[in-house]
Amino acid sequence: MNHHFTLPNSGHNYDAKASKMGMWLFLYTELILFGGLFLVYMVYRSLNQDAFLLASFNLNVWMGTANTIVLLTSSMTVAMAISALQKGDPKKSIFLLWMTILAALVFLVVKYFEWSAKFEHGLFPGMDHFNQLPNGEKLYFNLYFFMTGLHGLHVIVGGIFIVIVVFKIKSGKVNKDRYQLLENSGLYWHLVDLIWIYLFPLFYLIH
Amino acid sequence: MTAIATQQINYLNVKKGIWSWIFTLDHKRIGLLYLYSISTFFLVGVILGVLMRLELFNPGRDIMEAKTYNQVFTLHGVIMIFLFIIPSIPAAFGNFFLPIMLGTDDVSLPRLNLLSWWLYVIGALFALSTLVFGGGPADTGWTFYAPYSVKTGTNVSMSVMAAFVLGFSSILTGLNFIVTIHRLRTPGMTFNKMPLFAWALYATSWIQVLATPIIGITLLMIVVERVFGIGLFDPSMGGDPILYQHLFWIYSHPAVYIMALPAMGVVSEIIPTFSQRTIFGYKPIAYSSMAIAFVGYFVWGHHMFTSGMSGSAAIIFSILTFLVAIPTAIKVFNWLATLYKGSIDIKVPLLFALAFIFNFLIGGLTGLVVGALAVDVHVHDTYFVVGHFHYVMFGGTGFAFFGALHYWFPKIWGKMYNMTRAYVAFGLLFVGFNILYFPMLILGVMGMPRRYYDYLPQFHTLNQISTIGSWILVVGLLLMIYNLIAGYRKGPKAAGNPWHGITLEWQTDSPPPLHNFDKMPELPEGGPYNYPNAKSE
Repeated sequence: MNHHFTLPNSGHNYDAKASKMGMWLFLYTELILFGGLFLVYMVYRSLNQDAFLLASFNLNVWMGTANTIVLLTSSMTVAMAISALQKGDPKKSIFLLWMTILAALVFLVVKYFEWSAKFEHGLFPGMDHFNQLPNGEKLYFNLYFFMTGLHGLHVIVGGIFIVIVVFKIKSGKVNKDRYQLLENSGLYWHLVDLIWIYLFPLFYLIH
Repeated sequence: MTAIATQQINYLNVKKGIWSWIFTLDHKRIGLLYLYSISTFFLVGVILGVLMRLELFNPGRDIMEAKTYNQVFTLHGVIMIFLFIIPSIPAAFGNFFLPIMLGTDDVSLPRLNLLSWWLYVIGALFALSTLVFGGGPADTGWTFYAPYSVKTGTNVSMSVMAAFVLGFSSILTGLNFIVTIHRLRTPGMTFNKMPLFAWALYATSWIQVLATPIIGITLLMIVVERVFGIGLFDPSMGGDPILYQHLFWIYSHPAVYIMALPAMGVVSEIIPTFSQRTIFGYKPIAYSSMAIAFVGYFVWGHHMFTSGMSGSAAIIFSILTFLVAIPTAIKVFNWLATLYKGSIDIKVPLLFALAFIFNFLIGGLTGLVVGALAVDVHVHDTYFVVGHFHYVMFGGTGFAFFGALHYWFPKIWGKMYNMTRAYVAFGLLFVGFNILYFPMLILGVMGMPRRYYDYLPQFHTLNQISTIGSWILVVGLLLMIYNLIAGYRKGPKAAGNPWHGITLEWQTDSPPPLHNFDKMPELPEGGPYNYPNAKSE
């Protein structure tokens, strides 16, 4: 009666490889998105080397280092969560994912304190102290807030992505045999981590 | 009994109601959603264009003020580029036909496909909201050049956000097509046995994925600059406006190939079908799409020869620009060679394909003129450039879009339009188009600058001829639309394969069933265009 012919190469089949390929392509677009900002940073840094160096002394290297360690650890926990699910241990996987989210929250809290310190010193665009800075240092802070802000937004998006996956593991929709969504959220999280790995030296460390 | 019943159920009548459309996951319905929304915005863009031509009928103020004119040409550009021509062929016909031509039942990521249409709608609403909110539509030109775009009182932020969201939509479509082509080809269809339309979409999709994020971040910088009053591109605050131009054209030049390559794919389908002959040079046509996509990435500087760049950079950009002409010419020669000694059946889709070649030739050759350093200094920012890109975009891609519409019309709706009326409409469109845009090339050489609502008296006659051309074009357009709608409503039922094509979409019913094929599609022996009755050479 309701017989209908299904093609072997149907687009409605579960296709982990297709999903993974789509995710990698998407990550590529994210890299290029940040790439535009890195390009702008490169041009303005080369034009205003001294001003960028002077402005960079306003950042707290220890807080940046702490956040780098936090994010690297979270990349490890998310990778372990994938292995745990592949080995058939969803509980451990969920625990590791909550650890990843905890790390994301720690990162954001540290970031909050860093940004508030800048606000107190009047270094946000439009504030009194900022307005008295030379153009080169203004550009530095413009880019600092833009790039770390956009990165922070990605931390939040990546965190939400992982929370969704946690609930899908609980409901069994993501499981030992169908774990591509988890792997994709892990890939996205590694990207968030990777971008920070570049932001950290560019803003905090170069002398 | 069941055989008859299943034949009558197709993707159009399987479900009814608006919700079954706007939340559909069927690639054919999403293709049609795109087609209807894209066509609507095309008509809005046409109206704005006709208003501009009316303003230019006489020197001085005719129907609008200078500022209104600036807003009209900006909105015309934004709508035509981001809402019509970039999504036109890939999102409408690509969505509908790519899976069918690959012999599968959907794209790889159907939900992402629906999301990209929704993003298109949101982007369109953003663009239209500037008519009502803020300081009115942007008056910067579609290029949003800084620092003016940062300082003008018009609603640039919203226009720019529209382009940002539309870019995201475009990325997701491209991403989906790449994955679909890699994962869902029917067994036995290697890359070198894919239809050339699929090859063209493949090359296009890579540009969409690789280039679009650059415009995304650049436009975001404009928004941030306006909202927070920071100076990324404003020279008074240490920014560099030339850097903006570089970032803008790094995307917007490859975007030209997002617009042109799918059109070339359509032409590569129409010509073998209506010559009933194997395509001449399958691989050169397929690979030249990839070559155009690749080289097109490195030519953006030719938009900035007069903005200030080093002589050596300008020379390199100019040489690379000339290189693009090679793969393009390869395609044109192969199409002509396909027609040679073919059994040519001059139907309306073929006429549109031939008009594409004619118009694109003028557009391409004038492109070499503006790509040459010495000449560009004289014709930069004149009507020569306006004429050039309308020949490429409208005369090329626009005509290929109409050709695709006439070629696949019987497959999409299972009905046939009136052929006589279609010939007349084509004639009016072709004649009107050339009367409208050819005078612009002459005006540009005479030195008439673009983007002004006024001009010197010596340009009067040619401007009037151009405006009259726009009226002929509009009559042809209205006749074509009337003919297609009449064909859809009460045209005769079309055969499954009215043009005797052999690519896979012609093996299924018209309109196709919900899952495209009721039995396994069969690949033609010896390649996608190996017509059985073709004469041996």
